[in-house]
Amino acid sequence: MKLTLHIWRQKGPQEPGRFVKYELDKVNEHMSFLEMLDVLNQELIARGEEPVAFDHDCREGICGACSMVINGIAHGPQRATTTCQLHMRHFKDGDVIYIEPWRAKAFPIVKDLIVDRSAFDRIIAAGGFISVRTGSAPEANSIPVPKDVAELAMDAAECIGCGACVAACPNGAAMLFVAAKVSHLNLLPQGQPERFIRVKAMVEAMEREQFGSCSNHRECEAACPKGISVSFIARMNRDYRKALWKTVEHQGGKAEGISQFRG
Amino acid sequence: MKVLSFYSTTVGKKLVMAITGLILAVFVLGHMAGNLQIYQGPEKLNHYAELLRVSMPLLWTVRIVLLLSVLLHIVAAVQVTLQNWRSRPKKYAVSAYQEADIASRTMIWGGLVVAAFVVYHLLHLTLGTAHGSFKPGDVYHNVVAGFQVPLVSLFYIVANVLLALHLYHGMWSWFQTLGFSHPKYNRARRVFATVYAVVIAVGNISIPVSVLAGWVK
Ligand code: HEM
Ligand code: SF4
Ligand code: FES
Repeated sequence: MKLTLHIWRQKGPQEPGRFVKYELDKVNEHMSFLEMLDVLNQELIARGEEPVAFDHDCREGICGACSMVINGIAHGPQRATTTCQLHMRHFKDGDVIYIEPWRAKAFPIVKDLIVDRSAFDRIIAAGGFISVRTGSAPEANSIPVPKDVAELAMDAAECIGCGACVAACPNGAAMLFVAAKVSHLNLLPQGQPERFIRVKAMVEAMEREQFGSCSNHRECEAACPKGISVSFIARMNRDYRKALWKTVEHQGGKAEGISQFRG
Repeated sequence: MKVLSFYSTTVGKKLVMAITGLILAVFVLGHMAGNLQIYQGPEKLNHYAELLRVSMPLLWTVRIVLLLSVLLHIVAAVQVTLQNWRSRPKKYAVSAYQEADIASRTMIWGGLVVAAFVVYHLLHLTLGTAHGSFKPGDVYHNVVAGFQVPLVSLFYIVANVLLALHLYHGMWSWFQTLGFSHPKYNRARRVFATVYAVVIAVGNISIPVSVLAGWVK
């Protein structure tokens, strides 16, 4: 098939970007979207032009690297699918496709379609530790976890940190990501000791990174390649609200140590 | 101090908006229900209006709670909206909303029109300064004479349509903000918000329409 691509090209963080139009013939419907871009890049290299920079790594839907907005939808039109797992059979001959980077204040553009998502790492770091005994592995059944709770925690833990939720949100909010990360620990017995410190610290870290607020548009859930539910956002809101009276502010020595981990 | 650090995040601000929004929404429902007594004639409506003024401390408590709610709601709304705009400085070339609807995307605009309307409404039917033939105490007369001016009625109708849109999203959204979400009742939330919005809009709008149509005079 033949495609017309409008791709966002931007040389560096401070450079102005613009759309550049590319015509691409002979796109095979079995190619993934990234393979289609590989073909384009080969052509560009052969012509002596700069190839399109885009993030990718696993190409099997688990690393979350392949960030791009395709015709206004993060990761493209197929629900619950990363760009690397999106196949060209979902497009048809003659389609015009706009490809853009994630757009959010907290995700500055590095080059072309690549954005800097280290804001997510800083939020994770702010979450701190969980109090578990390290060293020899504990007896597997020593802490009982109800089956449905374990399943729910696993649903949250599916988040691959891709940032599609931020890209899709009209407010550039990171609520779905943070909610998933808060919830998968806060649901489990192992996550209880730091439960309320953690939610507060992570929400505050999210704030520092200048993500937007949650208007409950639910665009994030629609864009999430792992189908993370907005019900986790409600769960985080609940824990954050409870943190108001469940956290105690210590004075003196040890509290200093704790606040360090709060980020 | 804890409360301030809590409010410093958007999650805290949204919580304030949800609680104050709920207080306002409950008031709006009660206010609408009370106003429907216009259909029972002047004595009934004017008597109801008098009843509201029986206890001054109570009246002022309610007024202060409402005023505080409106102020907190608006301040948080403006703060949160400005932050949202800052967080997403550049729009996509192609916009393709998948879930967000017209209601969720116009909360600030509908809200601001409602705020302007509330100011006008107080000047019109509470203080009477924006009313052509205001008679203190004769609520029935004030309402009927007021709504006989088509432009005035039109503003009331438009404001209530926008309020309904605000409530259609808001009365669904506050559950999420306060952390109430469960597969058992999540579907019912949508129905609840829709019914809430429609009941208030239909109840309120019926009054200027009835006056203009000459059914109430
Ligand atoms: C009768 C008056 C009003 C009622 C009953 C009302 C009710 C509500 C409710 C229940 C919510 C949902 C809160 C949540 O998402 O948890 C809400 C949200 C909102 N309200 Fe109001 N509101 C009123 C007036 C206003 C005014 C005057 C403004 C003007 C600035 C405003 C701006 C907003 C905005 C921007 C949101 C959405 C915030 C967001 O989700 O990002 N509202 N309102
Ligand atoms: S919640 Fe979904 S969209 Fe957001 S970072 Fe995690 S996997 Fe990606
Ligand atoms: S490249 Fe790893 S998820 Fe797409």
